[in-house]
Amino acid sequence: MSFPASVSTLNNYNDLYPDWTQREVSTGTTIMAVEFDGGVVMGADSRTTTGAYIANRVTDKLTPIHERIFCCRSGSAADTQAIADAVTYQLGFHSIELDEAPLVQTAASLFRDMCYRYREELMAGIIVAGWDPRRGGQVYTVPVGGMMTRQPVSVGGSGSSYIYGYVDSNYRPAMSKEECLKFTAEALTLAMERDGSSGGVVRLAVISEQGVERQVILGNQLPKFSTV
Amino acid sequence: MDSHHSYSQVKGVSTGTTILAVKFNGGVIIGSDSRASMGESYVSSKTINKLIQVHDRIFCCIAGSLADAQAVTKMAKFQLSFHSIQMESPPLVKAAASIMRELCYNNKEELQAGFITAGWDRKKGPQIYVVSLGGMLLSQPFTIGGSGSTYIYGYVDAKFKPDMSLEEAIQFSTNALALAMGRDNVSGGVVHLVVITEAEVKHVVVPGNKLPKFHDE
Repeated sequence: MSFPASVSTLNNYNDLYPDWTQREVSTGTTIMAVEFDGGVVMGADSRTTTGAYIANRVTDKLTPIHERIFCCRSGSAADTQAIADAVTYQLGFHSIELDEAPLVQTAASLFRDMCYRYREELMAGIIVAGWDPRRGGQVYTVPVGGMMTRQPVSVGGSGSSYIYGYVDSNYRPAMSKEECLKFTAEALTLAMERDGSSGGVVRLAVISEQGVERQVILGNQLPKFSTV
Repeated sequence: MDSHHSYSQVKGVSTGTTILAVKFNGGVIIGSDSRASMGESYVSSKTINKLIQVHDRIFCCIAGSLADAQAVTKMAKFQLSFHSIQMESPPLVKAAASIMRELCYNNKEELQAGFITAGWDRKKGPQIYVVSLGGMLLSQPFTIGGSGSTYIYGYVDAKFKPDMSLEEAIQFSTNALALAMGRDNVSGGVVHLVVITEAEVKHVVVPGNKLPKFHDE
């Protein structure tokens, strides 16, 4: 069904077939996760694009990997779904063997191993975040290429470029859960306004010892800025 | 493979800089970093001034090829001073921007430079005009440009307020440029700001060690 771009330029199919028949499905996106004392807040936009067509405007990019470990996916939708499925299986098996809840670092390592080993074939930028009894709330980022590092706040996806300045200036260590939620929602809103590949609704998840709370902020309820 | 991680150096459109202009209550501030780079890893100048004065109360800053920018601004400076003598009055900021736009639009095939023109005139007070790559002219209350500007879109969208005071505007500009310089490796050095009001033109330089620091520094 998909026509490679090289063929289309040779045969001038450009006007004959719509853009979305020739493009890979991508979660060009904005994703973010922040640690706070007692857990993590994760957020993502909800747009999946196939070229210029929005294939899904209400995507859920916050994927559960284990009971208290989630990941945010950016890049190729197919690649990230496949990696997340594989890691979910591996982590579930590991947790049964161990007979206890897995560490967030273990989940992040599994992502890293896969993303690094297959770095030539994959296009995946993933943020792994969650809570475990040993180290509390943690955020690990596994960008394209397969590096893994822990950060108190991490942004990713195509929309993240636009909010580095905002995140750098507004993040403070030791924020409360509510402050982290507000910070994440505002940062994602700003990115969604500027990045054509991000948009839709803001999906948020809070992971703590108590479990996972999810919320959705609809388009008309997004925070407003004087310029936006 | 479709890449969402396109780097501005590959695009070649905005090269190694962060520029901005913001209107405040009574004037405009136009600002930039001070780094000129050749490729991604050599800094050819640490202290270049990218704010070019084209008339008494009108300044320009450039994004893109330095050579093209210098050629265009030289031409614009000449045409503007001639126009001002003919009219026997200081030129309008819009006139300066229009001259840049004509040059950019008529030579769009050869040129690779975009401009921010900001200044003060008697007719409309403080104004900011953007002339983009193909020759579009747009008036805005504030604007950012250059490779480093991608990182501060969120910050300026959140923090800009119309009718700021001079101190607030200087803080806004310095913070925005410092944040961009902190993330963009081809922007850096010192912050050059020019404050243009009816009364005067003031050049403020904020050296590297006096730049605002953020949580991870």
